[in-house]
Amino acid sequence: MDLIFANARLIDPETQEDAPGSLRVTNGRISGRGAPDEPAPEGGTVIDCGGRALAPGLIDWGVKIGEPGERHKESFRSAGRAAAAGGVTTMIARPDTIPPIDTPEALEFVARRALDAPVNIHHMAALTKSREGREMVEIGFLTDLGAVAFTDGVRVVRDTKLLSRCMTYARGLDALIVGHPQDPGLSQGAAATSGKFASLYGIPSVSPMAEVIGLDRDLALVAMTRCRWHADQITTAGALPALGRARQAGLDITAGISIHHLTLNEFDVGDYRTFFRFTPPLRSEDDRQAMVQAVADGLIDVIASFHTPQDEESKRLPFEAAAPGAVGLQTLLPAALRLYHQGGLTLPQLWRAMSLNPARRMKLPSGRLSTGAPADLVLFDPDAPFLMDRFTLLSKSKNTPFDGARMQGRVLGTWVAGRRVHGDDA
Amino acid sequence: MSFRARHLLGIDHLKPDEITSLLDLAEDYVALNRRTVKHSDALEGLTQINMFFENSTRTQASFELAGKRLGADVMNMAVSQSSVKKGETLIDTALTLNAMQPDLLVVRHPHSGAVNLLAEKVNCAVINAGDGRHEHPTQALLDALTIRRAKGRLHRLTVAICGDIAHSRVARSNLILLGKMENRIRLIGPATLMPSGVAEMGVELYEDMREGLKGADVVMMLRLQRERMDGGFIPSEREYFHRWGLDAEKLALAAPDAIVMHPGPMNRGVEIDGTIADDINRSVIQDQVEMGVAVRMAALDLLARNLRAERGRAATGEV
Repeated sequence: MDLIFANARLIDPETQEDAPGSLRVTNGRISGRGAPDEPAPEGGTVIDCGGRALAPGLIDWGVKIGEPGERHKESFRSAGRAAAAGGVTTMIARPDTIPPIDTPEALEFVARRALDAPVNIHHMAALTKSREGREMVEIGFLTDLGAVAFTDGVRVVRDTKLLSRCMTYARGLDALIVGHPQDPGLSQGAAATSGKFASLYGIPSVSPMAEVIGLDRDLALVAMTRCRWHADQITTAGALPALGRARQAGLDITAGISIHHLTLNEFDVGDYRTFFRFTPPLRSEDDRQAMVQAVADGLIDVIASFHTPQDEESKRLPFEAAAPGAVGLQTLLPAALRLYHQGGLTLPQLWRAMSLNPARRMKLPSGRLSTGAPADLVLFDPDAPFLMDRFTLLSKSKNTPFDGARMQGRVLGTWVAGRRVHGDDA
Repeated sequence: MSFRARHLLGIDHLKPDEITSLLDLAEDYVALNRRTVKHSDALEGLTQINMFFENSTRTQASFELAGKRLGADVMNMAVSQSSVKKGETLIDTALTLNAMQPDLLVVRHPHSGAVNLLAEKVNCAVINAGDGRHEHPTQALLDALTIRRAKGRLHRLTVAICGDIAHSRVARSNLILLGKMENRIRLIGPATLMPSGVAEMGVELYEDMREGLKGADVVMMLRLQRERMDGGFIPSEREYFHRWGLDAEKLALAAPDAIVMHPGPMNRGVEIDGTIADDINRSVIQDQVEMGVAVRMAALDLLARNLRAERGRAATGEV
């Protein structure tokens, strides 16, 4: 049966168009586009979008789910509900669980558990056994089972010989490796970016140069091994030239950034507010603005929430002792809209970074509005204002830096393969 | 007889006709070795010293037997347990040994090029029994003899060499020999175990074993060293066997009459399925061991002839 989204403002990240229209869905796939007032075919259902924005559902790359090991912080079910409410139709789950996803058996376990969630979930696997940086995981078996990428998360593989072998081995399987560009020595123990703020507040800090050093090292290894590689987070202006050069040299690389580094800066930490503690730490306002521009230019490919649920006790600690990270599945969209309302980025530019690019990088058919793509969609009102109350979040953990913030953007409905998973009649 | 070399340090310095004449002579020794009385006096009165700076059972036994069947006085020195431990340098060991007037020196050493260095310092003929990741010429020659006997020729064959190419001196010597004899060579293995620059050596590279085995006449498996199995170069034994282990399904892609070789010792279930190794219709692994003794007899014999000729020239004042 056909489903018609009529009278919509279609946000198309492929064509970079933001225009009125209608979208037709047949058997869970997008089957065509038409005028805003396209008449419904025989037996079809019409959803009147009322001129609101209809875009591909978000693909959130790097979601931490507490299973296995920390189910009290987040489960597949709770994360899935939060995702649906946030317009996220695909979560790319991180492997830094307890224990990590470093064997085919562990991957099969989370793949089964993921059936609890109403949205799509793909899994990344660890790059090294126990994420200890000593032995590579079974990249072949894990790829066969559907692992979309390999990463040790924020733990940097220090042994360059081992990392180069992991990359070489992965190249043969066309597997994607996700790195965390950071010099582990310099950034050891740091909770803020070096500068006036960190010095005034006495927080252990790291120079933004640690990111440049880490990126330079990793890019040299990519040039040596020619593997497919993605930088999880590039957050400093100083790292951009190296990224641009490597891309010009034809390396198969992409880069991401967290929504928090695009919308917050180091001063937001204020009076040691631990919900603003991130890895890497929040940067200067100059860096933040440079990153927004880099997303607009396409040098940074992916924006993600890096959803990291932490329980209250993990955050109710002195700043430098508190656990880093924030939940983000439900705040990714309204936080990203801040960049739209401030005029830095258009909606199609945002959706290129939040749906199309992650899909392309992981060879998923979703993340676009073209015919044949899965009908993973989000309908939202980009202007609706609201005051964020962290206790309204559906995640088990409520650690958001946007608590009490004025935001704009309300998700009216979310569809996964044409099935409504959030909204009035979900 | 067109074998002109003074030493057998590698395949690299041999000409195709030298290889052929060595293999032809080895055929005679195969016949000799199958007799009840396996004795010749080709090396009568000569002294052969086997110096193994690296542990070896099979190769050392093969050389010892080869020397004894030809009538040489054979001495084994397990150098790894002796003077080297006391700090003596390789050159001092060689000079000490040279003073004992050996005629044939068989040397294995863990460092590439060590046997060449030693050969410069002694007055006898030297055979390289394996140096580091460099060469293992008698292995390549025994493989060549095995192939020639099984396939009836040693040219225009498609030979797939599979496994740990990067660390294998067997692979290097075979690559050179089979290349000299005008065969098509394919190297198969994980990129982590493929030496760099090998693509420029006139071989075809395959990471996908199924692709690489298609239509191969000879499938040569290499041993995967234990220390390379866990995480460093490959993730695990089971993933290695899944992707690069020779089993019936993968072997079915090779030519119907393809032979399977392995230099030994084998890791059953890691690089080769035990049933393939034991399949007398496909596996020539036991033939390789037999050919090993014959090829080594031929090599010792030829080097001894050249040594005698050289000494004869020196005695009569010829240059």
